[in-house]
Amino acid sequence: MIEPGLYHILFISGALFFIGVFGFFTRRNLITMLMSVELILNSVNLNFIAFNKYLWPHRLDGVFFTIFIIAIAAAEAAVAIAIIINLYRSHHSIDVESAKELKY
Amino acid sequence: MSASTIIFYLLAALTLVSGLLAVTSRHIFRAAIYLLFSLIGIAGLYFWLQYEFIAAVQIVVYVGGIVVLIIFSIFLTQQAGELLAKQKLGRTLFSALAAFCGFALTMLQVYEYSFNPTSQPPLEPSVSNIGSQMLGVNNGGYALPFEVVSMLLLAAMIGCIVIALRTPAVSPSNGGNGKGQLSSDFKPLVTVEETEQIN
Repeated sequence: MIEPGLYHILFISGALFFIGVFGFFTRRNLITMLMSVELILNSVNLNFIAFNKYLWPHRLDGVFFTIFIIAIAAAEAAVAIAIIINLYRSHHSIDVESAKELKY
Repeated sequence: MSASTIIFYLLAALTLVSGLLAVTSRHIFRAAIYLLFSLIGIAGLYFWLQYEFIAAVQIVVYVGGIVVLIIFSIFLTQQAGELLAKQKLGRTLFSALAAFCGFALTMLQVYEYSFNPTSQPPLEPSVSNIGSQMLGVNNGGYALPFEVVSMLLLAAMIGCIVIALRTPAVSPSNGGNGKGQLSSDFKPLVTVEETEQIN
């Protein structure tokens, strides 16, 4: 095992991103799709922190991007769960196939 | 091989394995718990990178906030012991193929690119440095995005309340208080008839 560096963290975040993409493709339940989106956002955060640590340690921009992404992800999750619960109330299902009326 | 290297590989394995289980498990509650462990693994990676503040924020917001929210919404919407529907094999195979091809392409690009780090002295990512630069208005300050994000959070909070509000049957008798007037102003997402059907 070699000493971990930037490429190792990029490998982890890339793998996590595409795990999230795979989940987004295969899941048909809205809550699990939301969980896949959270994985994708986390991989992006890890990328920002790794670049900040290894390439531009004299700046803190990666940290700020990560903090803002976390804040926006929290807002997104809250709104998405409100929509999901409202959908469950009217359709008794949170399958994406049953969410056809959402577009009108 | 030092202890730090071993810890890194353990954290990486925890993150990736539980992330993979979170998107493949057919028990939705277990999937949420695997997601929790994956997020804890990422927080551990932040600790390993010595960004303690980001790790703390990750644990507080994701593990303490978003995962708990997801678990509560699972309680509200799933029947106990119900398995998620099995996907068609073709869809799973093609999704895995697409994800793997994207991953391979990205990794090939990353390993071909040669990053050149700066030679300037590093800035400690301490809370005081982060705070003074985040609220700074001079060159390199992030005061404007900070304010914009605060407005976004306020808008999201109000939006959540409006979306998830169970619209009461508006009768003229309760029109006196502010709540009845507010709920009669916007178009109800669940109409009164539907609510009665549900009940």
